[in-house]
Amino acid sequence: MKPPPFDYHAPRTVGEALEVLADAGPEGKVLAGGQSLIPLMNMRLAAPARLVDINRIGALDTVTADARGVRVGALARHATVERSAAVAERQPLLRQALRHVAHPVIRNRGTVVGSIVHADPAAELPAVLALLGGTVRLARHGAPEREVPAAEFFLGPLESALQPGELAVSAFFPALPPGSGTAFCEIARRHGDFALAGVAALVTLDDDLRITTAKVACIGVGPVPVVVDVSAECARRPAASAASPAVAAAVRDRVEPEDDIHATAEYRRHLTGVLAERALRLAAERASHG
Amino acid sequence: MGTETLYDISLTVNGVVREARVPARRLLSDCLRHDLGLTGTHVGCEHGVCGCCTVLLDGEPVRSCLTFAVSVDGHEITTIEGLAAPDGTLSAVQRAFAESHALQCGFCTPGFLCTVTALLNENPAPSDEEILEGISGNLCRCTGYQNIIKAVRRAAELSAEQERDGTGEAAPAATGAAGAPRASGATGGATGE
Amino acid sequence: MTTSLFGERVQRLEDPRLLTGNGRYLDDLGRDALAAAFVRSPHAHARIREINVDRALDVPGIVAIYTWEDLPERIGEPLPLLIPHPALTHGRTARPLAKDVVRHVGEPVVMVVARDRYAAEDACDRIEVEYEPLPAVVGIENAVRGEHLVHPDVPGNVGAHLVQEVPSADGRSAAEMIEAAPHRLEFRLDIERSASMPLEGRGVYARWDPDDGSLRVYSSTQTSTSVRMAIAAKLGLPLPKVEVIAPDVGGGFGVKIMHPWPEEVLIPWAARTLGREIKWTEDRREHFISSAHERGQVQYVRVGFDDDGRILGLDVTFLHDHGAYTPYGIIVPIITSTQLLGPYKPGAYRVEFSSVYTNTVIVTPYRGAGRPQGVFCMERTMDRIAAYLGKDRTEVRAANFIQPDEFPYDHRLTFQDGRPLIYDSGNYPEALRMLKELIGWDEFAKERERAAAEGRRIGIGIGCYVEGTGVGPYEGGHVQVTSDGRVHVSTGLTSQGQGHQTAFAQIAATELGVPIERVSVVTGDTRRFGYAVGTFASRAAVMSGNAIALACRKVREKALRIAADALEADPGDLTITDGIVHVKGNPSASIPLSTVAVLANPLRYAFDEEAKRATQFATAASDDKPPVAEGEEPGLEGRDYYSPVRSTFAYGMHAAIVETDPETAEIKVLRYAVVHDCGRLINPMIVDGQIHGGVAQGIGGALYERMVYDEHGQLLNASFMDFLMPYATEVPRVETAHLETPSPLNPLGIKGAGEAGVIPVSAVIASAIEDAEGIPIMKMPISPSELFHLRRTASARVG
Ligand SMILES: Cc1cc2nc3c(=O)[nH]c(=O)nc-3n(C[C@H](O)[C@H](O)[C@H](O)COP(=O)(O)OP(=O)(O)OC[C@H]3O[C@@H](n4cnc5c(N)ncnc54)[C@H](O)[C@@H]3O)c2cc1C
Ligand code: FES
Ligand code: FES
Repeated sequence: MKPPPFDYHAPRTVGEALEVLADAGPEGKVLAGGQSLIPLMNMRLAAPARLVDINRIGALDTVTADARGVRVGALARHATVERSAAVAERQPLLRQALRHVAHPVIRNRGTVVGSIVHADPAAELPAVLALLGGTVRLARHGAPEREVPAAEFFLGPLESALQPGELAVSAFFPALPPGSGTAFCEIARRHGDFALAGVAALVTLDDDLRITTAKVACIGVGPVPVVVDVSAECARRPAASAASPAVAAAVRDRVEPEDDIHATAEYRRHLTGVLAERALRLAAERASHG
Repeated sequence: MGTETLYDISLTVNGVVREARVPARRLLSDCLRHDLGLTGTHVGCEHGVCGCCTVLLDGEPVRSCLTFAVSVDGHEITTIEGLAAPDGTLSAVQRAFAESHALQCGFCTPGFLCTVTALLNENPAPSDEEILEGISGNLCRCTGYQNIIKAVRRAAELSAEQERDGTGEAAPAATGAAGAPRASGATGGATGE
Repeated sequence: MTTSLFGERVQRLEDPRLLTGNGRYLDDLGRDALAAAFVRSPHAHARIREINVDRALDVPGIVAIYTWEDLPERIGEPLPLLIPHPALTHGRTARPLAKDVVRHVGEPVVMVVARDRYAAEDACDRIEVEYEPLPAVVGIENAVRGEHLVHPDVPGNVGAHLVQEVPSADGRSAAEMIEAAPHRLEFRLDIERSASMPLEGRGVYARWDPDDGSLRVYSSTQTSTSVRMAIAAKLGLPLPKVEVIAPDVGGGFGVKIMHPWPEEVLIPWAARTLGREIKWTEDRREHFISSAHERGQVQYVRVGFDDDGRILGLDVTFLHDHGAYTPYGIIVPIITSTQLLGPYKPGAYRVEFSSVYTNTVIVTPYRGAGRPQGVFCMERTMDRIAAYLGKDRTEVRAANFIQPDEFPYDHRLTFQDGRPLIYDSGNYPEALRMLKELIGWDEFAKERERAAAEGRRIGIGIGCYVEGTGVGPYEGGHVQVTSDGRVHVSTGLTSQGQGHQTAFAQIAATELGVPIERVSVVTGDTRRFGYAVGTFASRAAVMSGNAIALACRKVREKALRIAADALEADPGDLTITDGIVHVKGNPSASIPLSTVAVLANPLRYAFDEEAKRATQFATAASDDKPPVAEGEEPGLEGRDYYSPVRSTFAYGMHAAIVETDPETAEIKVLRYAVVHDCGRLINPMIVDGQIHGGVAQGIGGALYERMVYDEHGQLLNASFMDFLMPYATEVPRVETAHLETPSPLNPLGIKGAGEAGVIPVSAVIASAIEDAEGIPIMKMPISPSELFHLRRTASARVG
């Protein structure tokens, strides 16, 4: 299990990186934390001809949080984002989700943007981006940057809107609206494994603590994160009743799980309903205390 | 098939600057083990799951099997060979592992030692839950983890004792000479900076 | 014997090395060796049409490429069938490289030798093998259906078929007893495959010395002596010209007792052929598809019992999946069929098994070696009986126990070593009493009610087992005291983390009366000890421990004899304390063991101060006696062997409390308790460690691990991402208690402990889940997804 050979580039600036990527075209691949790419290369399931290592581009190692939201640079590691108090304050769902991403040691190296670009249907962060309606900023040599909304970014399992020659420079997670709460619930076979099913939830309450918006994003149950708006099912109900069998059923109906060696589609569908209730209940609770 | 480009890299391993000539695809684990002869770092899966290959990169535990050596050119690495004090005195974590019988075949041990060293540097008095979370990414096929968990508790105790006795400098609690942790906790037993 | 370290929690002597990165595992050796890699079959069953290596030839760093055609006759032959058995009528083994048909994914087809492993894998990638796929036989039931054959000359895919029958005391068959019984039950049980999965894979490193015509081989093996003999035979080398060393081994758990692996023959052969050092380090993917698995069985049980739950007749028929070849024989199903009986004495017993071929990885012993399946069968049967009669599960077990006054107890069956299955000692009722107390069995009903009131589901389960340990034929020990007073112990069997260096040093230190720091132990190095069997079947402590004790006793006797001469005392009045021989009750009349060692070896040449004291002119040997007395040998050393008449039987009982989530069907083990009796404990710390590790593997086998093959024979989860070995977060705390019923069979009174922890776990967890859910659990392992579906089916049946 040794990776195949490749041409290696270690640019120090984004400009340099974009030049190399433009030159490499479909042969080029970005190396961020390597926690998804290198296992694939070690198993020789991926064999990029040219690898552009962005680990020396200090300008990408940024995390900023303000009233608008959180912008995570391409080199910000899971662990940095997880630990950031400023991030937790502006958008608590990130930390809630990151706790479920692999193990602490993997989080020391893996990047948030890398995880999003990798677009694993069982990964947590794509669901976070999708649920919050965030965006990914893509750069290309000699062209203006484009900001792609989550809804257009995830195209299929391990397939994103990133084009050959492009670098994802950052991802943006909108701040938590006032009166809102979030939660991430998932079930994995072992602690730290990719989820069998998982649900991120966002609940917003009005001044009377009645639900105005309730949304979930489900992972592991479709080719991309499945966002389900259950505001209608919850319409103006009190926070304490965010979760209900009707809501669970609505979510269950929308997901398209498949059988695999760890669980049947039917079980995954069932779990998603249970987790949706749990996540919504928790998010609503947080919204009412927030 | 053409020959591969080789890169001259320099790593500070356990406080010593080491040079190596490696192709870009050389995994850090292989570079440490085969180019630098530091075979204490073990390789159990080469896909990031077992944790045997865990080393400290600038003080933080990472998988050396999921890191290219060229990528970390110029950085500091601490391996199991660097955990004891320069005079050979075992670190608190190493002693605790021996006292608690936290190893059998010893194959997973390097990864656990590095992981736990970093854990205690950041959090000198972890709760049981934090201990579990801290070691949750390392597999051991021999011990059933019972004594590893005990050893982490014991290491925290030993470090605290050392701290109290003011012997922290002589026998480092966790990290050895190198690997001043980037995210060092406030009171960690480590000498670090 | 004043310095008794036997039974103490001595810290391990191997740890300082292993804690500082100074262990030496296989891949740590041979830094300059060439690396080997293999092209392995991607098909479960296929004919090899053509192999084209052209594109690999220009890979930089390539040294050699071998296919079957390139192998000399003896190397290319099928590998040995290690343990023949009359019932194994259709044994088949693989060749080191496939000749024209491959029979499982992972079977080696081409060997590449290159500068390093990277280059070797590059070359493998570029070798083109054209296959003609053949129908794959996957799954036990497909195998016995026999529609397609794994080997064309093995009808019905049945490799072995064995029946053993023990009639009742009054001569009635199991079938008759079952027919006549007041109650009868009949059911089917399933167990899936798992694997040893040590964190260090296999590995072989060979050095050929052309000047000396000798070969040194390092292998990550559980038996270096037998690997040595196999290599010498295959390569046609004189045995003394081959040395095999097991360096530090990163876990074995059974898979490394299999030998010679194809690589153990090919790497030494290539090293000699090329005159270069060659190393092969198995990677994880290779380990999944080309080492060995175990456990898969389907069992059919018929049982007849009385109102107390006493088994009057038991009839078990099972199918055992042994994979594509049978190099290790049928040890696993034989153990299942005999050890199934556990601590019980059914009125009459009949067991029949068929061991079948499938196009999957071979099956050889994994810790427990067939016992977990047998115990699963028997313990599920006990629970079924209890449920049927509405009795407490422990009562039914107690009603069937062999009683303490019935030992030695003869089951009238033939065990895996070909010897009668006779239990030596034990106290099963006491163990059960202790276990019930430890887990709180009698109070559990209340606990369950309390939990139910909170909407939680919990259940308790139990499992008992007996384990034949310390099987023969023999092990040996060599003990040498050198003139510096150090004690060098060696034994031929190997270590994979069991702390042998410590346990054996404890035995030697105790027997010889020396401080343990002066004792060093070497295992698995044929340069030091050439006769051995290997480490498996929880035999190391029993076999080598006793052999070393016996060798130490010889050395001690000799030391006392020589010291008595020097001190002009009677040997019977002497003892050894702290490495000093002295007259009992008079410590001043003494002589250090180091000096005794000097006296034991009269010298001509004084190369140092110690030696000077031993020269012919210095020693006070009388003129009319030879310097080395008749019947004596020079040196203070001894060698002895331990060869038991039969196995010694350890046993234990486990109980667990589990919680199942009513909504998500997640299964969590809340408590796990173990009562264990392996006779006298050499080092309780090490024994506890063995149990912990075994239980964790058992939890893995019960709730997480399985080998998932698709219908084409592809292993779908050949990685640690998908083969789910438990992390710390999945293993409950293990509570242990010990009984120490000494074995009457060996001088130290010990029994083996290595496999104990794992054996009953699947049975225990199944029992507990069944208790929590009220749904029969007939198949293990079980995942939340499966529990979810069992619930659905059960409620559909009710509704
Ligand atoms: C044992 C283990 C368990 C894991 N468990 C989980 C889990 O439970 N949940 C989870 O979500 N993840 C899990 N992961 C994956 C982990 O989170 C990865 O870190 C993450 O998926 C990818 O981030 P990375 O920075 O490592 O990306 P890399 O591996 O470097 O790259 C991944 C892919 O994204 C591309 N890419 C990365 N960054 C950019 C960029 N800036 N621009 C363009 N392309 C880019 C790469 O070219 C590559 O195709 C696990 C990993 C391991 C090894
Ligand atoms: S070898 Fe790196 S995690 Fe297993
Ligand atoms: S001690 Fe052997 S794997 Fe942990």
